[in-house]
Amino acid sequence: MNKKYQLYVLLALVAFSCSGLASCVSVKPYQKNRLNDAEMELRARTAQKFEQSFQLYREGGSGANGGKSGGGCGCN
Amino acid sequence: MKKLYLNVALFYMGILASHAQIVSPVPAKADTANAAYHSKKLTVDEVNFVSAYYHQDGNHSAVTGGIGTELLTDFANTIDVQLSNYNKRGRKNTFLFELGIDHYSSASSDKIDPSTISSASKSDNRIYPSLNWTRTNEQTGNAYGFTGSYSHEYDYQSFGAAFNLTRLSKNKNTQFDMRLQAFLDKWKVILPVELRPGYAPGKNYEHDHSADGSAPRNSFSASFSLSQVINPRLQVLIIVEPAYQHGLLSTRYQRDYFTDGSLRAENLPGKRYKLPVAARFNYFLDDHFIIRTYYRYYMDNWGIRAHTAEVEVPVKLTSFVSVSPFYRYNSQQGTRYFAPYGQHNPNAAYYTSDCDLADLHSSFVGAGLRLSPPKGVFGWQRLNMLELRYGHYMRSTNLTSNVITLNMRFK
Repeated sequence: MNKKYQLYVLLALVAFSCSGLASCVSVKPYQKNRLNDAEMELRARTAQKFEQSFQLYREGGSGANGGKSGGGCGCN
Repeated sequence: MKKLYLNVALFYMGILASHAQIVSPVPAKADTANAAYHSKKLTVDEVNFVSAYYHQDGNHSAVTGGIGTELLTDFANTIDVQLSNYNKRGRKNTFLFELGIDHYSSASSDKIDPSTISSASKSDNRIYPSLNWTRTNEQTGNAYGFTGSYSHEYDYQSFGAAFNLTRLSKNKNTQFDMRLQAFLDKWKVILPVELRPGYAPGKNYEHDHSADGSAPRNSFSASFSLSQVINPRLQVLIIVEPAYQHGLLSTRYQRDYFTDGSLRAENLPGKRYKLPVAARFNYFLDDHFIIRTYYRYYMDNWGIRAHTAEVEVPVKLTSFVSVSPFYRYNSQQGTRYFAPYGQHNPNAAYYTSDCDLADLHSSFVGAGLRLSPPKGVFGWQRLNMLELRYGHYMRSTNLTSNVITLNMRFK
């Protein structure tokens, strides 16, 4: 993937995030029953911790997914 | 008439007097009121048990220079116990203790020194306890905490420390999290047998492992995340996690073969800067479908660039049972130091044949099942939630793997 395309992807992500934040409404606590659903948890699932761990070792990129960025090896 | 007025006045004063005998409650500060209602004893909030079995196979092992078996199994288990109490000011103290134990076997480890093969595939254990303490103001949602961690396996030791901070907006629709962490690691330097001092092919050789020595590998990272409620169905999380590592970042028992036929141990730069940026969008479509998405862009100073995208669609069969199919795609531009078996330039300063750092794309597909009935899973009240996940991983370098995970939460 060339650098120009990567830049477009990043810009699109930032623009989409900003437009989302700009359009947000003040949600009252009693309106959060859907947001508080266990499936809506914004973190990675607890059961994903080992999946992320092996992906960390099998791929060069790591971080920003709730997994660790160092410490311990387990890398054979 | 005057008597009547007098009686009414006395009756009224009588009422006032009767009120005056009641001890009026002292207007309490909010925190003091909380302290009156919260237990100061340490109580168990929840216990999570996570167990996973991982199996992989491939034919590009870095130990043998980019060829050979990558067969590996890992049976990993963690148990975490979350306890809490309240201090005198009504602040919540949460203690999270986690203990992890992995038992893994790696066929390629036997190739480091074939003369000392101990089994069909070398096995080892990794143990990693950690303890986190977090203090939370439940009225504002603001919190801070510290973590200490340790990890040990045959050739690797790691000490970790972290600080975490949470800030919530007044309406609790925006949350900022920061985490600073450091891992101070020590790695025993093990070379492939033919590169060890004093080794000669065909001759009797006894290696003194006490002279192997060790090297440090230190990692420092910061994680900044901002979550925002967009509307009653949509929320988003943005994460930036810069990291810096220095020390021995190459795996010295991995071989590299050069175009002139020579052989050396893997050598990579001693510094690495990483910058992953990620976003999550979770959307509650209707009462049956939820859409969870994740995207990450990764870059580092070794030349690795990666895009990772994931989508998961939990389907709520009932309020307490859901099935979550998921798909993850990763595309990676590899490091400039990578070359396959026998193709390294003899003049190169840094070299690796580790396919984990090569150009690749991978897919990970699977599904999860989640049960959380109000009367407990299988009628066992204490077993609050059970989740079972299975995933199949396919990488363009012919590596495949399967992982199955069980998460049980007790309350």
